[in-house]
Amino acid sequence: MNQDIEARKQELLNQGYTEVYTKTKVLTDAVMHYCPGCGHGTTHRLVAEVIDEMGIQDNVVGVSPVGCSVLAYNYFDIDFQEAAHGRAPALATAVKRLNPDTFVFTYQGDGDLAAIGTAETIHACNRGENITMIFVNNGIYGMTGGQMAPTTLIGMKSATTPYGRRVDINGYPLRITELISTLPGTYYVTRQSVQTPAAVRKAKAAIRKAFENQKLKKGLSFVEILSNCNSGWKMTPVQANKWMEDNMMPNYPVGDIKVDGKLVENVDVARLAVDHPLSVMQ
Amino acid sequence: MTEEIIIAGFGGQGVLSMGKILAYSGVMQDKEVSWMPSYGPEMRGGTANVSVIISDERISSPIINQFDTAIILNQQSLDKFESSVKPGGLLIYDPNGITHEPTRKDISIYKIAATAKAQEMGISKVFNMVVLGGFLKLKPIVDKQYIHEGLEHSLPQRHWGLIPQNEEAIEIGKGLIEPVQVL
Amino acid sequence: MAKELKLMKGNEAIARAMIASGTDGYFGYPITPQSEVMETLMAEKPWEETGMVVLQAESEMASINMVYGGAATGKKVATSSSSPGISLMQEGLTYLAGAEIPCLVVNVMRGGPGLGTIQPSQSDYFQSVKGGGHGDYQLYTLAPASVQEMYDFVFDAWDIAFKYRNPVLILSDGAIGQCMEKLYTRDYVPRWTEEERRKNAPWGTWGKPANRPHNIITSLELDSARQEVFNHKLQAKYAEMKEKEVRYEMLNCDDADYIFVAYGSSSRIAMKAMQMAREKGIKVGLFRLITLFPFPTKQLADVAKHVKGILCVEMSAGQMIEDVRLATECNVKTEHFGRFGGIIPTPTEVLEALENKIIK
Repeated sequence: MNQDIEARKQELLNQGYTEVYTKTKVLTDAVMHYCPGCGHGTTHRLVAEVIDEMGIQDNVVGVSPVGCSVLAYNYFDIDFQEAAHGRAPALATAVKRLNPDTFVFTYQGDGDLAAIGTAETIHACNRGENITMIFVNNGIYGMTGGQMAPTTLIGMKSATTPYGRRVDINGYPLRITELISTLPGTYYVTRQSVQTPAAVRKAKAAIRKAFENQKLKKGLSFVEILSNCNSGWKMTPVQANKWMEDNMMPNYPVGDIKVDGKLVENVDVARLAVDHPLSVMQ
Repeated sequence: MTEEIIIAGFGGQGVLSMGKILAYSGVMQDKEVSWMPSYGPEMRGGTANVSVIISDERISSPIINQFDTAIILNQQSLDKFESSVKPGGLLIYDPNGITHEPTRKDISIYKIAATAKAQEMGISKVFNMVVLGGFLKLKPIVDKQYIHEGLEHSLPQRHWGLIPQNEEAIEIGKGLIEPVQVL
Repeated sequence: MAKELKLMKGNEAIARAMIASGTDGYFGYPITPQSEVMETLMAEKPWEETGMVVLQAESEMASINMVYGGAATGKKVATSSSSPGISLMQEGLTYLAGAEIPCLVVNVMRGGPGLGTIQPSQSDYFQSVKGGGHGDYQLYTLAPASVQEMYDFVFDAWDIAFKYRNPVLILSDGAIGQCMEKLYTRDYVPRWTEEERRKNAPWGTWGKPANRPHNIITSLELDSARQEVFNHKLQAKYAEMKEKEVRYEMLNCDDADYIFVAYGSSSRIAMKAMQMAREKGIKVGLFRLITLFPFPTKQLADVAKHVKGILCVEMSAGQMIEDVRLATECNVKTEHFGRFGGIIPTPTEVLEALENKIIK
């Protein structure tokens, strides 16, 4: 199939077309099941591009979660393991320990990484496993139909918080990224987003850095990607990105939190981890 | 030959290690052996006991409730195991702290004042070997040379310097054991 | 390390066999009565000698999923636990079976239900052979009855696991785990080289070379029709195990009027009761299960044809007896005798049960 596409591409180039955008070879030709406008497709591509650019396609193992990205293994043309819900960091730990020269990454959503898999996440981070964790946070359980996630904002509606998330019932949104940044085992912790070309470029640089750290055996690198879930949020993709900027970002500020094993100076992790988030219901 | 033994006393009296040295000596003589401790909460500070079987044949159950020999080092163990000695079997006990003497008429009974002797000689650490010596005097089921090998395998190498003292204690025990009732 | 004669606890034998059999990794979590497995591994530091990885995980869930991740790269990876911890691992086990990942899991059973006791029990039979997790799957289940078998079955487990791409369970209990017996160790089997790994586990995920499609380890199938085809494939594999990999031992069954059926430490107690019965002139034999799955159905049925009664001896309320009755199609009087909750039956009790429940 790849060859067919290559042939077709060559044919078009011969007819005088110019190449402005091409699929990275680390992605397969499988048609992604993600909703149009969702951040997963972009994030997949960024990870795939980094793998391609680093020339490690033959020496990388991915671990997919349970959630929207459960089928990530169909889209990456690399060896892949599909984990039980929340357990991807445990799988990745063993893959890396037994194959220390192989690049290993997990790709998880907020329910998987920050609810059912909290223990595995924290302990993999705390052991300083030399792996890369990609964490896509859209504040909702997308695959099961839009239920409350650990990262669902206060006041935010979901299938299981139809009147909005209430602190007295549901507790607070979990800032897992800030939380793990306080662990000595994490070497690089950052939060990025993929809703604009500029954000995409920054996110890609962060993912590249996370894989480069692994090459240097620096410990755990953790990249959160804020994403919209337009279908779960019941908005158009454009509305959803706007809503994300207006509501998610004040609660989940984008930027590096920990670089080269040190907390970034002007980021007050303690405040971020402890302060009550704002309500979003306006 | 099959010898089924229970060794019982307080935790800290070296009950388990006595059993292990005996069992390892049996292994070195290429006999079949098993060593089955009681374990669990009762181990912590309370009584400790271990069943040791040494045999020329394949051992069926390492878990047994009737014994050829009971080696008893405190009153609780005497109360618990006196009735478990097979008729015609052997009971050895240290009289230290014993207030109710054994009463069975259908078994041989010997006593060995190992606690008192070990204290007197300042060798309390190898008290259990004194007791083992008494047993081996009556039932020489393992040859002396294999006891030496059993000690080597049971003790960490850094403690091998203590082996002569252990062997000496065994010899002391052989001289110390005395009959109470012989069938 | 060469062949040696040792006195060793069953749990220590498991650990030493893992090192000696070329195991690549062990991931575990402490729980009585099997903590000596990881303690021995940590004290032995096999990573210095063979390169074997040993890691204490944060939970049994993490342990079993580390087994999943590590074993999915085509390496020999093991874990061990005891009943409550094995319950926590059931999710991982069904995923391992569903993704066809060879691995070794050791259960040193203790009394339940719940937190239960820390003393020996055999009340996890159903959990082990009837699918403790969800879905139609089987674990190849070996029941060692001696310290030597604890050791040897680790080697056997790797052969079966990779031959069938299936998890193997060694189902032991606190009695065998804590008991010391004579043991002949074996010559070390070196860990697989990179080439051997690729040859023995071509399905493994270790990094996709340019000349093969990417390997995927998953138990997910969105298409029911394809899932059914896959389930048929699993069932065919289990059928082949039933045909080729059944193991059992028969003692004095030829002239027996009555037989005990038992496995693990109960079979040792039953063996003693058999000897006591023979001394009394009662012709008793012992049919010892070595594999619980596959169950020796045909072999037991053959023996049952010429006996007057069967006493199943198991430290449970009566689990294995169901498979015994299925095997004999209830054609012979079959009763259960067991103590449970951590109580070990004595040989005398077993013999009395035979006399009272079967013979009288």
